[in-house]
Amino acid sequence: MISISELHKSYVTGLNSLHVLKGINLTIEEGEMVSIMGSSGSGKSTLLNVIGLLDAYDTGKYHLNGTLMENMSETKAAWYRNQMIGFVFQSFNLIAFKNAMENVALPLYYQKVGRRKRNKIAMEYLEKVGLADWAHHTPNELSGGQKQRIAIARALISKPKVILADEPTGALDTHTSYEVMELFKEINNAGITVIIVTHEKDISERTKRIIHLKDGLIEKEYKTKLNLSYA
Amino acid sequence: MLDFGVWHEILSTMRKNKLRTFLTSFSVFWGIFILMILLGSGNGLQKGVMHNFSDAMNSVWMWGGRTTIAHAGYNTGREISFKNDDIEFLSNHFEEIENLSGRIHLWGGAYHTSYKNNYGDFGIQAIHTGHQVTENLQLTKGRLLNLTDMEKFRKVAVIGRIVDERLFKGEDPIGKYVNINGIPFLVVGVFDDVHDGEVDRLYIPMTVAQKTFRPGTQVGTMTFTIGDASVEESEALVAEIKEQLAKKHKVNIDDQSALGTFNAMKEYRQMQALFQGINIFVGIIGFFTLIAGLVGVSNIMLIVVKERTKEIGIRKAIGATPASIIGLIILEALIITSIAGYFGLLAGISLLELIASNMPASDFFRNPGVDFRIAIGAAVLIMIAGMLAGFVPARRASKIKPIVALRDE
Repeated sequence: MISISELHKSYVTGLNSLHVLKGINLTIEEGEMVSIMGSSGSGKSTLLNVIGLLDAYDTGKYHLNGTLMENMSETKAAWYRNQMIGFVFQSFNLIAFKNAMENVALPLYYQKVGRRKRNKIAMEYLEKVGLADWAHHTPNELSGGQKQRIAIARALISKPKVILADEPTGALDTHTSYEVMELFKEINNAGITVIIVTHEKDISERTKRIIHLKDGLIEKEYKTKLNLSYA
Repeated sequence: MLDFGVWHEILSTMRKNKLRTFLTSFSVFWGIFILMILLGSGNGLQKGVMHNFSDAMNSVWMWGGRTTIAHAGYNTGREISFKNDDIEFLSNHFEEIENLSGRIHLWGGAYHTSYKNNYGDFGIQAIHTGHQVTENLQLTKGRLLNLTDMEKFRKVAVIGRIVDERLFKGEDPIGKYVNINGIPFLVVGVFDDVHDGEVDRLYIPMTVAQKTFRPGTQVGTMTFTIGDASVEESEALVAEIKEQLAKKHKVNIDDQSALGTFNAMKEYRQMQALFQGINIFVGIIGFFTLIAGLVGVSNIMLIVVKERTKEIGIRKAIGATPASIIGLIILEALIITSIAGYFGLLAGISLLELIASNMPASDFFRNPGVDFRIAIGAAVLIMIAGMLAGFVPARRASKIKPIVALRDE
């Protein structure tokens, strides 16, 4: 699904160049549930942004679903993001003036799905995350856990190959975090690849494989007990 | 891109940001409103002043005075007056001139006009038939003076509206006799004119006046029209006529007081040019007011884009293309400017109509209003301007990087 080799990425600000990713080699198979761990500044979010086509890389190779991702135009990247990738963010990033259903339906708007049809599909996904009753509430009327579940529904609605989650539990309490992780596990069981960036050990232990990043390089990676129990 | 979904998307965004939408709309509304008021007022001013040109636009007036330059052996101070032979001279030598006429003004005061027990001091003007064309008389009853009246020395009169009102007081004047200094004149017609000052008089045939009130052959002021000549042609013709008359009356051509001329066309054209200037000026002011409004839209849209940075970042992350973001912002600007502009147009035109119907027409201002073409032009201008106003903010929006927009503060 995802294959990365010798990936380098630097941020240039003025005269300073910050070398963030210093040659990453990584392969993630379809249907895996992976967490990327590391302290802040380790490059884990940058790596996730590169994988999510939100940011370009400097050198190396990145294949998504067998296609080499390079020299992307914005429009092309937008298409891949829409078709292949679902994003979940720490701060949910729901659109404040749209209600839950409209938020979930938005990716389908960019797939030119008609309004009635996309709202109907959005309702189905809201049901899946258990929030059908909250469809007409705006995000500020919802709790953090509810918001994150809506964001997950939004990420799923375009039937992506990969879900990329950047600190999805960072703004949630432990109990809610575990609920959200359960939801990710269900999604993964449905065959969708899930990649979660986190710095919380207990969260990463709820994935099947952990990749540790340190100073822009993969320090170590290993499969969790969870994975073994399934194997 | 123009499918219903986009419109719904934008309208719902606008509905949920009412104050912002209103403020943006208002600046455009105001710009168009002021533009319409300015153009309409300019129009009203022009119509008012141009209305004063009630005489034929192509009329020329010539009169004699006293010489101030000694010429051909004559001393200064000699009175120059036009006589019957001057009329003949002009009609024989200048084919271009039409409606040639003399005009002797017999001032009210010395001439008393009466009908039964009603008296009045009205101006009496002895004229040839052509003068009625030059004066642009609007006949309301009966007929004008004609050539037979001239040839047969008929004592007939065409009377102005005010004369009719004061002497006949509602009676039908046609076929009645008015007395002018004891001489009865048959009223054959009643006329009106846009100026009150030109309807408190009576016109009588020149030939009759030359036998009764002003024995002799003097014709007073000579008036004529000059067809559809241009300003230059008319000026050349007037100069030529003046030269010939100067030769005939043996006066120096440079003697301004001996021979006076008034060329209405020249004045008219100058006035027209003046109003063209005023209209352009007013148009420019209005246009820049509109620009200010549009800069306002652009400015607010820029703020909107800034405010919506995160939203745009989210949209991009879930698959919005730069083109769709540009379309979103431009369409929003376009909708706001179109709707607000339309209301501004409507409000401006309504106010002008209100003024036009409630304010009495004066010599300076009448019937303000913009013509249909200008209104359509303004509407098209709004649309184009709306898109331009949206373009800069839209481009900025399309360049927003999702990772920057979504960075957690």
